[in-house]
Amino acid sequence: MSTATPAPTRPPRTDAPPAGGPGAAPARGGSGLFDPRQLVTSFPDALRKLDPRVMVKSPVMFVVLVGSVVTTALALTDPTDWFGWAITGWLWLTTIFANLAEAVAEGRGKAQADTLRKAKTDTVARRVVPGVDSLKQSRTGVRTGAPAGARTEERVAGTDLRVGDLVVCEAGDVIPGDGDVVEGVASVDESAITGESAPVIRESGGDRSAVTGGTKVLSDRIVVRITTKPGETFIDRMIGLVEGASRQKTPNEIALNILLASLTIVFLLAVVTLKPFAIYAGADDQTSMIVLAALLVCLIPTTIGALLSAIGIAGMDRLVQRNVLAMSGRAVEAAGDVSTLLLDKTGTITLGNRQAAEFVPVAGVPAAELADAAQLSSLADETPEGRSIVVLAEEAYGLRERDPGELPGADWVRFTAQTRMSGVDLDGRAVRKGASGSVVAWVKERGGRVPEDVRDLTDRIAEAGGTPLLVASADEGGDARVLGVIHLKDVVKEGMRERFDELRRMGIRTVMITGDNPLTAKAIAEEAGVDDFLAEATPEDKMALIKREQAGGKLVAMTGDGTNDAPALAQADVGVAMNTGTSAAKEAGNMVDLDSDPTKLIEIVEIGKQLLITRGALTTFSIANDVAKYFAIIPAMFAVAYPSLDRLNIMGLASPESAILSAVVFNALVIVALVPLALRGVRYRPASADRMLRRNLGIYGLGGIVAPFIGIKLIDLLLSLIPGIG
Amino acid sequence: MSPQLAGVLQLTALIAALALSYRPLGDYMARVYSSEKHYRPEKWIYRVIGANPAAEMRWPAYLRGVLAFSAVSVLLLYLMQRVQGSLPGSLGFSSIDPDQAFNTAASFVANTNWQSYYGEQAMGHVVQTGGLAVQNFLSAAVGMAVAVALVRGFARSRTGELGNFWADLVRGTVRVLLPIAFLGAIVLVACGAIQNFSGIHSVGQFTGGTQEWNGGAVASQEAIKELGTNGGGYFNANSAHPFENPNPLSNLFEIFLILLIPFALTRTFGRMVGSLKQGYAILGAMAVIWLGFSALMMWTEFAHRGPAFEIAGGAMEGKETRFGIAGSSLFAVATTLTSTGAVNSFHSSYTGFGGGITLLGMQLGEIAPGGVGSGLYGMLIMAVIAVFIAGLMVGRTPEYLGKKIGTRQIQLAACYILVTPALVLGFTAVAMALPTPADSMTNSGAHGFSEILYAYTSAANNNGSAFAGLNADTQWFNTTLGIAMLLGRFLPMVFVLALAGSLAEQRPVPETAGTLRTDKPLYAGLLVGTILIITGLTYFPALALGPLAEGLAS
Repeated sequence: MSTATPAPTRPPRTDAPPAGGPGAAPARGGSGLFDPRQLVTSFPDALRKLDPRVMVKSPVMFVVLVGSVVTTALALTDPTDWFGWAITGWLWLTTIFANLAEAVAEGRGKAQADTLRKAKTDTVARRVVPGVDSLKQSRTGVRTGAPAGARTEERVAGTDLRVGDLVVCEAGDVIPGDGDVVEGVASVDESAITGESAPVIRESGGDRSAVTGGTKVLSDRIVVRITTKPGETFIDRMIGLVEGASRQKTPNEIALNILLASLTIVFLLAVVTLKPFAIYAGADDQTSMIVLAALLVCLIPTTIGALLSAIGIAGMDRLVQRNVLAMSGRAVEAAGDVSTLLLDKTGTITLGNRQAAEFVPVAGVPAAELADAAQLSSLADETPEGRSIVVLAEEAYGLRERDPGELPGADWVRFTAQTRMSGVDLDGRAVRKGASGSVVAWVKERGGRVPEDVRDLTDRIAEAGGTPLLVASADEGGDARVLGVIHLKDVVKEGMRERFDELRRMGIRTVMITGDNPLTAKAIAEEAGVDDFLAEATPEDKMALIKREQAGGKLVAMTGDGTNDAPALAQADVGVAMNTGTSAAKEAGNMVDLDSDPTKLIEIVEIGKQLLITRGALTTFSIANDVAKYFAIIPAMFAVAYPSLDRLNIMGLASPESAILSAVVFNALVIVALVPLALRGVRYRPASADRMLRRNLGIYGLGGIVAPFIGIKLIDLLLSLIPGIG
Repeated sequence: MSPQLAGVLQLTALIAALALSYRPLGDYMARVYSSEKHYRPEKWIYRVIGANPAAEMRWPAYLRGVLAFSAVSVLLLYLMQRVQGSLPGSLGFSSIDPDQAFNTAASFVANTNWQSYYGEQAMGHVVQTGGLAVQNFLSAAVGMAVAVALVRGFARSRTGELGNFWADLVRGTVRVLLPIAFLGAIVLVACGAIQNFSGIHSVGQFTGGTQEWNGGAVASQEAIKELGTNGGGYFNANSAHPFENPNPLSNLFEIFLILLIPFALTRTFGRMVGSLKQGYAILGAMAVIWLGFSALMMWTEFAHRGPAFEIAGGAMEGKETRFGIAGSSLFAVATTLTSTGAVNSFHSSYTGFGGGITLLGMQLGEIAPGGVGSGLYGMLIMAVIAVFIAGLMVGRTPEYLGKKIGTRQIQLAACYILVTPALVLGFTAVAMALPTPADSMTNSGAHGFSEILYAYTSAANNNGSAFAGLNADTQWFNTTLGIAMLLGRFLPMVFVLALAGSLAEQRPVPETAGTLRTDKPLYAGLLVGTILIITGLTYFPALALGPLAEGLAS
């Protein structure tokens, strides 16, 4: 994207606070906080998930389900045994709690899906009947300027559209499908998807041509070429994603499942083989099938087994909360592993536009005169750079902003990309401001001379990473002369240096991508504190950089919006396409940022890391829990056969029955207790790997060993109050 | 000097000796396995077996080498025993029965060296020295070769090649085991161990009557028995026998030999992966467990109550007075935390807890420091598991030594950790459920259970020590223990080599500040915790019914 001329169609959102904050949340279905009521409302879904065909996907929970069925059968054979029923009940609850965790996680997405579905009401499309002439022109994307009535249209259902069809959308129409604008320009309300009410401009050609089905044209008229089959549109995919219907297990999740399954087998072995040992020891009665099933369920890693899929869904959901759609869970996982971030300078590292920072007069010209001329010549310049000159003149020299209207007889010269100058002819005096080459040419044309120090001044500014603009004036009849230089500067966003320092501590290298020359780029890179920069970057350069990093084993994340970004987006491990971008870019990337805020890449990386940390923390917690459960159940089973083993009952649990039941109850309740943590993710603050490991090992490793001792004891105390147990 | 102080001094001397040899031996072994040069005797061997030592092997080829070589070894050793009766130099001993011959062949090839026979009453010079001692070298060299292949898997990238099995086997034998065993044998002879080929002597006893003793190449076999973490004694009394282990000095030296290579291999590992610190972290985890177990063992054996014990200064039943409690405890821990299985005292006679420590030591997978080679690869598998569980907590998908631990890697590691628990618990359960195996128990109750649990733990983990008290020379035990030994040795090797292959193919992930540091004490601590919780908890119920029930009762 060009930085010299602002893209007029870019939605004016660069100064807005980063989305994903509280401001953006209400528009979306779910909020970041966990509401305990969700546990109740999701209960029916949890019951529906008891289908063995669904359960078998989680080997750990499937074993619990089998255990529940077996104990139920055993309890039925001896209906008077309260203990058997109690264990059976809690085993079923364990299974249901696991499903509940998943249902709650999915439920949060459902609300969002419902909002989206509303946007997907059946639309009627105004399809252009292919005519030889219009079709040919439209296919090439050239604006024909042909009158609207020159085409024949037919009304068809939105679902009957085919890829390549042309449809006409006018103010008030809902766009019937995803596509590219091939003709016209319109403002479009995309709030149905982005939750952002400010309309955006969509126009044919360039990088702002993509429109999304379900969004509404507010003004003007566009012709859209459909690029997606009905049923596979962006909104359809979005619904699938937020509902978790199309969720696939990610590579790390699969690997973790394998480890959990193998631990389950190990503990299954330990429990199954215990029976003959117990018979030999004379503890046959104490090791009934029900007790062994209870022991098995306590030992296998049910906590993480129950919460694993909820963690994954919640991770995707946290991205959705921040208006980012990940097309695959794999991308979210990869985000945690990223070690190189490619960041576009404009909009990410610097504010969208350069701003005037200083007026530097040439020798012999008073500063006030330069400021006055700079202001005059910029009044007709509506670009942000021009505005910033007027603002600087006011702030630094007290020059009141003049309204072009109050200067009668002024002949305004507007800024154009061709002349690269703006200015005014007023009372026989001409003032110009612009790119140094253009102004120098203008001065020489009028017989003026360019002083030697102008070159020094412009060089100095360029070296410092700024852009020099020359200001010159010419009196009628007199020679033109250069008055001085305006120092236009890229303004680095506040807090970026700290952000990059943080990233460095996390082991992530940042590379700034810019179209600037190397000198300018270096200065900004130093000011912002990025690790490296790519100057005068072409899409090919970007691609080469990504491939180079990947060849070294690094994972790369980038953002992009243009069609020429598409190959790089596809190559990057995490490619975040801006929603304002072309459909080619959106297809190529594996995430779409609905806010089109390139800074968000950093948040995406953090969410990826948080997802992995949550998974690891709960796995560690789950495994560490087993120690206490042994100390509850082993003495309960064997203290009769070997009274010495009662010494292992260090918790002082009331009776064998209450000990076993307490362990089972704790095991079930801990799932529910950890649902909020699984959904929210463990607290994440950027730090080095060492510090993070120390902290999380302390909390979830040691905590995982200690917590169940306390929990089981407390439950036992409560249970022992029930007559007949204690 | 109190026996406790003697224990501390022995431990200190041991640590000093190990520390002194750690660097030179570790570095030397790294050079041995990395060098391009072949010595002349090695070239002769390659020519005889028709191997090209320069040919790189991918993991299936490497595995085929391991399995083919071991299968031939089992067969040869089996045949030697079956025809012993017609071999010269057999001291008149007859051929061994098929089930016992199979058990012994499996045992020595699997580096287990479980002995269901009485050495001095069954095996002649030819089988002892030409068969069993040879396997003491070769089975140890196979273990080291597999460990080195895994280390190469970590060190290499974008290749599936793991080196050449035949070269690794020959070099491990010729350049590492033979020279050290040679020196070790000389030291043992100097200490008083015997080394001859004499026949059977009849010796008159003080109490009247005569006893028959045969000589043999004992010192040389003793050296490789300890050095190669084999453990099969020349005599039934193993290292408690004065011909094998005459005095406290030889005792300490034998413990040193047991621990020498397994510890030093961590240095070799660090050298080969290009970061000595990574080796230190693994060493640290091994050392913490070994020291902890040694301290616990001495404590429980010294603290044993009762008047007889107090006079003896602790539990002396089944221990040699010339080694005392400290020398016996150190030996027992070293032999069960490695895959040695040599004994200088009777583990069955240890206190309940003491017996439990020997059992748990084996059940941890014999990785602290473990058998020659097998200790290192076992520990590295646990390191992979620890990285996988805890590595996520730093916010990255797990990686170890620059290699991603993905689905395939964790699959193989998970299979590895399933093998021994399945064998130990499975066979023990079947043995307990069947009517006849229990007849072999000498004791009843918890101790009797420990005897059988110990037998299968020892076999599946390739330890080879016995709890004593169990009559293992029955068809049932000879056969099932033999199967447990073979599967417990070679199935894990399959997974280790497959893992090595999958790691070697990967491209390395560069280390950043966000990478889990696996060369720090924190990680070593995490590794110890993972081992204790994952493998320890697997056996907790079984241990509770054996040594814990016994130990807590006293």
